[in-house]
Amino acid sequence: MGLLDMVQKVTGSAKVTCKKCEFESTEYDLVKNYYICPNCGFAYRLGARDRIQLMCDKRSFTELCTGLTSKNFLEFPSYQDKLDKARSTTKEEDAVVCGTAKIGGKHCAVFVMDSKFMMASMGSVVGEKITRLFELATASKLPVVGFTASGGARMQEGIISLMQMAKVSGAVKNHSNEGLLYLTVLTDPTTGGVTASFAMQGDIILAEPKALVGFAGRRVVEQTTKSQLPDNFQSAEFLLEHGFVDAIVPRPQLKDTIAQILTMHEK
Amino acid sequence: MVSYEKLKTARKNGRPTGGAYIDEIFELPIELHGDRRFGDDLAIYGGLAYIDKRPVTFLAMEKGTDLPSRLARNFGCPKPEGYRKALRLMKQAEKFHRPVICFVDTLGAYPGADAEERGQGQAIAESIMEMMGLRTPVISVVIGEGGSGGALALASANKVFILENAVYSVISPEGCASILWKESSPENVAKAADCLHITADDMKHFGVAEEIIPEDFDNFPKMCKSMRQLLVASIDELMNLSEEQLLSQRYERFRKFGIFDEKNSRK
Repeated sequence: MGLLDMVQKVTGSAKVTCKKCEFESTEYDLVKNYYICPNCGFAYRLGARDRIQLMCDKRSFTELCTGLTSKNFLEFPSYQDKLDKARSTTKEEDAVVCGTAKIGGKHCAVFVMDSKFMMASMGSVVGEKITRLFELATASKLPVVGFTASGGARMQEGIISLMQMAKVSGAVKNHSNEGLLYLTVLTDPTTGGVTASFAMQGDIILAEPKALVGFAGRRVVEQTTKSQLPDNFQSAEFLLEHGFVDAIVPRPQLKDTIAQILTMHEK
Repeated sequence: MVSYEKLKTARKNGRPTGGAYIDEIFELPIELHGDRRFGDDLAIYGGLAYIDKRPVTFLAMEKGTDLPSRLARNFGCPKPEGYRKALRLMKQAEKFHRPVICFVDTLGAYPGADAEERGQGQAIAESIMEMMGLRTPVISVVIGEGGSGGALALASANKVFILENAVYSVISPEGCASILWKESSPENVAKAADCLHITADDMKHFGVAEEIIPEDFDNFPKMCKSMRQLLVASIDELMNLSEEQLLSQRYERFRKFGIFDEKNSRK
């Protein structure tokens, strides 16, 4: 997957436009800059494999919980087409990649959600893979580092997708009861049922600058509240101000920060 | 069209709301107010009562029965302080090892700007995770609408019952219709309700509810008498389990949800 998949708009040859401030940068500059807008600091969305490459030690990632694929068991209109399209554009089986890795030399279990796969909505496969990862981490006494991104529960799987919230939460709770660390990194966008479950259950919650994080969609909130919302509404900075994230960490420092936190929790 | 008829029935004015079940099923209720952090959310009515001589903690989402009470109770859409009050009372029930009985009836968690500011997602996430680890029996009854994560926050239980015309859904059919077909006309909402599979029969089919409770609002005391028998039998069954058995029963109850294909996994 190349950089061009990571940006919202592409204009001209190798020029990319930031979706937050519309600043134009070259591909080259962006790659050098950890895919961060040099003007406003917005961290571009990353595919799961790019994220793993940026955050995990070289060749340390071992993928687990593979071979699971979603099926259209409710015969929900156009779900199968969306799945086929997402699989062919991302080359992923579904919206989360799980495994074990080393970050700054520290062994951990990792999950990374991929917003390019149906906006990383959580259906049975996403719920099952993350649950298995937590069960494995509990059994092997590993900390879990999770990079969240999601539009929420996957409505095409009806009530079964809602149940994933409780399923994963149960596995997080068991992991926590063993005294093991769970660190979440909220990335753009983390919303809906994922915010209302495992994204907010970390012992330590970090966020990337300007990431959108919330429960209800902005449009729904606007209709409910019938008033203008501040520009920074549901941004990582807004959450920090209201006490819902521990720290906002720019991408170039993220790996070292995670490594330090993992080190501080070694037994 | 069956689902849409059920949806309309579940929302009908005059249908008994949470408080009516508390009055009819329990004896000597004492309301307990407030989350001890911010305020008291009247969308959730909680407290202590007896059921057939057994002390219990009850939690009921209350939509209100006339305009003033609907306004006071925010039409049964809880805010973060409502979920935090509920969790406070559940932790209290755990301390004194009395069962928790929840009555679920909400369009969804309140999607207002104030709710977002005070961490609606975090409040629901914490409620679900703590319920999954609660060392006392929890039984939930969906009496009207089970709206998404806002309902699951009081339904991560050992047993879930649902009334015959109640509905339970990952997203409101209106929300689903407007995402899928850009317009929530009655036809589209009806179609969405069918696609989402929201009826009591669907819940029984998927194992999301253990039992369907027949409705007989013309003989409400009689209907509640059989509900009381069902609840008492369930409480006695769950109180006989050890804490470990109780926790693993709840974990396994949610662990099984997930419909997907699985190839031979690499690991």
